[in-house]
Amino acid sequence: MSVDTGEPAVSVQALGKRFGAVRAVHEVAFTVARGEIFGLVGPDGAGKTTTMRMLAGVLRADSGQIRVDGVDVLADPERAKRHLSYMPQRFGLYEDLSVAENIFFYAELFGVPRAQRISRSSELLRAAGLAGFERRLAGQLSGGMKQKLGLVCALIHTPRVLLLDEPTTGVDPVSRRDFWAILYELRETGVSIVMATAYMDEAERCSRLALFNAGEVSHCDTPARLKAAMPGALVSITTAAPGALRGVLAGMPGVLGVLLMGDRLHVRVDDAPRRLPELRAALGARGLTQARVETIEPGIEDVFVALLGATAA
Amino acid sequence: MNPATEPAVAARGLSKRFGAFVAVDHLDLAIGRGEVMGFIGPNGAGKSTTIRMFCGLLAPSAGSASVAGFDVGTQSQRVREHIGYMSQKFSLYGDLTVRENLRFFGGIYRVPSREFAERTAFAMRMAGLEGREDALVATLAGGWKQRLALGCAILHRPPVLFLDEPTSGVEPQARRQFWDLIHELAADGVTILVSTHYMDEAEYCNRIALIDRGRLIAVGSPTELRAHGLGGELVEVACEPLGAAIKALAGAPGVIDAAIFGDRLHVVLAADGPGIGGLPGLLQARGVRGGAIRSVAPSLEDVFVRLVSRGADARGAA
Repeated sequence: MSVDTGEPAVSVQALGKRFGAVRAVHEVAFTVARGEIFGLVGPDGAGKTTTMRMLAGVLRADSGQIRVDGVDVLADPERAKRHLSYMPQRFGLYEDLSVAENIFFYAELFGVPRAQRISRSSELLRAAGLAGFERRLAGQLSGGMKQKLGLVCALIHTPRVLLLDEPTTGVDPVSRRDFWAILYELRETGVSIVMATAYMDEAERCSRLALFNAGEVSHCDTPARLKAAMPGALVSITTAAPGALRGVLAGMPGVLGVLLMGDRLHVRVDDAPRRLPELRAALGARGLTQARVETIEPGIEDVFVALLGATAA
Repeated sequence: MNPATEPAVAARGLSKRFGAFVAVDHLDLAIGRGEVMGFIGPNGAGKSTTIRMFCGLLAPSAGSASVAGFDVGTQSQRVREHIGYMSQKFSLYGDLTVRENLRFFGGIYRVPSREFAERTAFAMRMAGLEGREDALVATLAGGWKQRLALGCAILHRPPVLFLDEPTSGVEPQARRQFWDLIHELAADGVTILVSTHYMDEAEYCNRIALIDRGRLIAVGSPTELRAHGLGGELVEVACEPLGAAIKALAGAPGVIDAAIFGDRLHVVLAADGPGIGGLPGLLQARGVRGGAIRSVAPSLEDVFVRLVSRGADARGAA
């Protein structure tokens, strides 16, 4: 990847925000390189949206530093807004305006010169697969198309840094894949993307992740390295009636956790080469010689649970 | 008729038209007692319309469905007495306490007063809320709220439960606890239909029904769908630049599909094509710096997107 050796696209240091007695964000720090898709991952209430709003300059941080595209956001939020674009969870589209009218509204808001407006807008509409829909009312678009129109509006002033808060919530997998294809194209033009998501499968697609928990970043790395850092290994056991086996396996030595999936069990063990034969023997002793037992790659959710353990919920 | 073997939910040629628009088109589906069935499809595929018919809220235009042994068209009141419903929005009252919410939903579902104490105690125990009866619901963490919503939805012991994206946005540990509860209910014979966009929720279902444009396009366990749904072998290709790599592979012989996934490509290869060995040549011809190519297990999302776009291709060709 062609990463600029200069200043990072986003740098955050010792960021903090309280709401009364609630410590929403505490000592959060990370940097995002140019051209990265950086994910803020964690459950609702972990501090993702609050961090996002501070990055966007719409919420004032209590402490810490934020630089976006070289601009100090706390010192000069208005200037920072020319370098970034923020798409909140509920992006404000005007449902009774057409696609083209929504785009021109945002172009006006962001001060895009009229001469550039038409060419930029048609280029973005083509990339988003919305060409030909210019006259349709935004209210009559499907969920996935609305999402893409929001993205077009957010990109009309050619920002260097794009901040997306749960951009594909409620969007089906096909539309979601289209949306991601646009993000990848943007990335190839050098735009840096920071995205908050509660969906672990979405997190897998980011170049790096910050795991948020209770207002703090507990881990920050690439998805592959986070998976490698998971204590133990994950074993999948596919068999008829997996529910009945669960209690048996949970008590075995070296078993750190057993999760009942729809048609199999996911068992986290301390040491796969040592425990696989023991698991197979336990299954064999119950006559389950047909069960498929295999080591599988953990998902980000497995990593999250293993690294953070049971938190209060 | 044997209630133990008769499906808890059965649709036969179930259809719904709105004017000229066919929302649900001859759906045939049988869900066994104690089964956790996932119901998956793009926006507008007909999921909500089907579930509204299953709940007795919308009359079918053609065909029929039975839920818990009652016909949704002619016995809709009986159907509604035998189902529970929980959506991702929980529909709890934040400014009421845990106990008050349970009392409210117990009233709505007409739980007999002699059973009420026992049922609320059960719901409280299940949700892990014992000792917090007087807490305002608004002050509870997401995982608790969600388990309370489930408790409210099953106060009247419904044999069939409909869940709409039940664990979206919930903290991972709490979400796993929730699915444990669902599997416990299923083990007690409750039949559960989970409608969702999220493939990680689908993984917790015993079987998945995939619906697109009102039609059922695949039914099977997650493992079966992963094994057969793609129609080819999935490989992951690490290379640069990805844009050029996609152009090199899309439409190449033996390549069924190529899509960007994170910083890699996911490529579906036909069984009768050149296979993995053919890829480095195709990539080099386009100046792509190729890296590791490895076979990977498809996710349910890979399968879903493939099956839905195959349907779209077929319509495009017709």
